[in-house]
Amino acid sequence: MSHRPSWDVLAVVAAGGSLGAAARYGVGLALPHDAGGFPWATLGVNVLGCLAIGVLARRAPTHRLVWPFVGTGVLGGFTTFSTYAVDAWTLADAGRPLAAGAYVAGTLAAAVAAVWVGLRPHRSHA
Amino acid sequence: MTLVLVLAGGAVGALARYLVRWVVPWSTIWVNVAGSALLGLLAGLGSTLPGWVGTLVGVGFCGALTTYSTFALEAVELGRSRARSTAARYVTVTLVAGIAAAVLGVAIGRAL
Repeated sequence: MSHRPSWDVLAVVAAGGSLGAAARYGVGLALPHDAGGFPWATLGVNVLGCLAIGVLARRAPTHRLVWPFVGTGVLGGFTTFSTYAVDAWTLADAGRPLAAGAYVAGTLAAAVAAVWVGLRPHRSHA
Repeated sequence: MTLVLVLAGGAVGALARYLVRWVVPWSTIWVNVAGSALLGLLAGLGSTLPGWVGTLVGVGFCGALTTYSTFALEAVELGRSRARSTAARYVTVTLVAGIAAAVLGVAIGRAL
């Protein structure tokens, strides 16, 4: 990465990040959870985003802005690690350590499986 | 108004995550840990903060700075291309450091 990032790439990363964050916010509004409740919306967003990035990664790049816009921007903005980490702590702090552990492990397992499923059709051709 | 804050925070967060790639190796670990610490801090400060800060910085910036999709994709790609132990170490470091950073952030926020 010796070259500098170009302005068009920075612009599509920012635009994609906006759209992804807004979509995540919308899902959170549609599926609200109480403080200390199980964060299904974040789980769903993260797994869906992982499936999508797997599908994106298996396809040959068509245009140089596709990955910065969709992969880095939209899907990076849509999925979140910070909310996952804080929600895990919130569950444990609310006296639900088993739910916190299940949330941490369950999201990880489902996310990795989703990436794998997204990538998979490529593997059968390889 | 709320949507504008999410859009603005999301743009800056994604841009920051992209630019960190040029600065440090293993940049996804760094952004995920830093974003978790900052969101933990906001959660610890709780209602002392005005609501728009949580929307702009928490939902928008921290949400977009950190990423689960790139994290999971990198873990799977490491597992396929290199020793599985590297992938396992990447996942373990991210989870342990990220959650510890969130807990530390909450503790600092509550103490302030």
